[in-house]
Amino acid sequence: MELTGAQILLRILEEESVDTLFGYPGGAVIDIYDELARSPIRHILVRHEQAAVHAADGYARARGRVGVCLVTSGPGATNTVTGIASAYADSIPLVVLTGQVPTHLIGNDAFQEVDIVGITRPCTKHNYLVSSIEQLAPILKEAFHLARSGRPGPVLVDIPKNVQSARIRFRPPGALRSRPYATTPEPHAGQLRAVARLIGSARRPLIFAGGGVIRSGASEALTQLARRFRIPVTASLMGLGAFPGDDPLFLGMLGMHGTYAANMSTGACDLLLAVGVRFDDRVTGKTDAFAAQATIVHIDIDPTSIRKNVPVRVPLVGDCRESLERLNGLLADPPGEELESSRRQWLAQIEEWKAQRPLCYRSDGTIKPQQVVEELYELTRGEAIITTEVGQNQMWAAQFYRVRRPGHFITSGGLGTMGFGLPAAIGAQIACPEKTVVDIAGDGSIQMNIQEMATAVQYRLPVKIVILNNGCLGMVRQWQELFYGGRYSATCDNTAPDFVKLAEAYGALGLRAERPEEVRPVLERGLAHVGPAILDFRVTPEECVYPMVPAGAPITEMLLV
Amino acid sequence: MKPQKHIMTMLVDNEPGVVSRVAGLFSGKGFNIESICGSPTHNPEVSRITIVTRADPPVIEQIEKQLRKLVNVLKLRSLNGPHCVRRELALVCIAVKPEQRAEVLRIVDLLGGRVADAGLSHLIVEVSGEQEEVQTAIHLLEPYGIKKLARTGPIGLIREPK
Repeated sequence: MELTGAQILLRILEEESVDTLFGYPGGAVIDIYDELARSPIRHILVRHEQAAVHAADGYARARGRVGVCLVTSGPGATNTVTGIASAYADSIPLVVLTGQVPTHLIGNDAFQEVDIVGITRPCTKHNYLVSSIEQLAPILKEAFHLARSGRPGPVLVDIPKNVQSARIRFRPPGALRSRPYATTPEPHAGQLRAVARLIGSARRPLIFAGGGVIRSGASEALTQLARRFRIPVTASLMGLGAFPGDDPLFLGMLGMHGTYAANMSTGACDLLLAVGVRFDDRVTGKTDAFAAQATIVHIDIDPTSIRKNVPVRVPLVGDCRESLERLNGLLADPPGEELESSRRQWLAQIEEWKAQRPLCYRSDGTIKPQQVVEELYELTRGEAIITTEVGQNQMWAAQFYRVRRPGHFITSGGLGTMGFGLPAAIGAQIACPEKTVVDIAGDGSIQMNIQEMATAVQYRLPVKIVILNNGCLGMVRQWQELFYGGRYSATCDNTAPDFVKLAEAYGALGLRAERPEEVRPVLERGLAHVGPAILDFRVTPEECVYPMVPAGAPITEMLLV
Repeated sequence: MKPQKHIMTMLVDNEPGVVSRVAGLFSGKGFNIESICGSPTHNPEVSRITIVTRADPPVIEQIEKQLRKLVNVLKLRSLNGPHCVRRELALVCIAVKPEQRAEVLRIVDLLGGRVADAGLSHLIVEVSGEQEEVQTAIHLLEPYGIKKLARTGPIGLIREPK
């Protein structure tokens, strides 16, 4: 059977169980769009290509599948770069399809030509320029495989216009080329036994869970391990939801804005079982002082993560889920009486830290951003999918929304991309139509992709945007207050629109709260509304995120409320 | 820790953009490339790239892991130590006055080199060997005045069992 390149593309997408494409049309993908109109695959038209990638990213995180987006050449392609780099930093499986000028024009500076393969080389797991129609199907198959295997990540496929319109007798592609990197390493049995011995003999063990636990579906195995041996758990920003946030064994987030209990426990533990993490500088603070008393065990599928930032005693390269399940099988029942008593003391010490310095804020008659997140947590019973923007809003969301399930906290952790939350919420809502999806935003970052309100309204996606509106660029303002002598350069003179009117202009619901007692009714009305809504909370402008570890300090040296 | 010289060789897909991926990894992550040499192997689908870097041992470990992560890198090996054969080729163009010619030719002979091109006032000398031998040759030829110099950087192979 003869098929065009566009037809082959859609056929492979269907084979890969793609049900949704996030995209924006243009001259170099018009053939694909022409075919798409006859395809069962749903297309979501975003308002900016960056948002197409973030939406595919939110979809991938909420659904645990590969997210796919489709954009045109030139500016369409360059607009995806921030989205791709965000997904790359957080190891999210994406296939980004870009149109390209016809092969005979490549290199001629043709209209809307850009070397997107060159541009995205350092921020994709891999990328391809399809130079002939024969290559199209095998490349697409390999792209999906690479995106989801090993440490997941974005893969870009650049498809010239004449490849889309060319015809070929289609034969389904055969087996994938063998790729050393694309294979999933089995955890080493000897190393596994070493880890089991360490867990069996530790007096003050601590589990540190990262995004890899969520990506590999290891939450259940991790929860089982922690509960069975009563090992306390902390998490990186990316690891929130890997372990139930309301479990008494959970200490909250670790690092620069981590909880007192999490940071102190990391400083005092004698075994740190780090799973699916990469020891980002926002977690470790001063690396020499990080977990200084601990034997560090590091489980990760990516060998480059191991010993990159922190010396590790026992590395275990492998899939987190596979490794934890095998560990659960290897570990004998609870340790002896003597060890048991040190472990009880350890847990008692942690409870003391929790009680001494819980996450808190001072009420003063104005709305506190933390109060908004807390009340949102109560009203949604911790069951909503939360997306965030970046900055203070993100940290308050991470601290006060005690995420209970994997895939329910969707944030740009590695790259820290402002403008991520709204399009990611759109993707998550499409992935999980029955769920409540809330973007916790600031008045700064929501304006970076506010145009996606039109997308939410068009597709009747009931996403709720909770704006913690402090009238400034809060996180940078906080740094200026604490470390730059209160010189508020470019952070406190921004004019924001009237978000209620803006919501209404887009055809969504807009509500505002200005006093603490208005928070709950506004949240209730917003959450009950059947369509998208912007909820504008006028919060204390000077509120800072605490605890805070100054950059480069040991994480046990925190500034507290 | 002292930075160490480290030679590694890799088989890669013979496709456009692969050298750029490898070189881009070094520049993007702040690793150092002292020399890089690449060309196709007997299998037209596979090329070999040999790189010399200088770094602390943990950084060298990280470089090798990062290279193995590139999808187009099929196999990577270190080329340090006596179990490997290493060679570098240099072309040295030197200014030679007629009265110096015999003397220079003796040195070239001593070095096991060859004259690749000769003129009234110059010689292009070809020398090959371990990097240190090439270095010595250049050092010995330097007093005559090096006009131009081209070096390939080392390439190498692991010896087969006897």
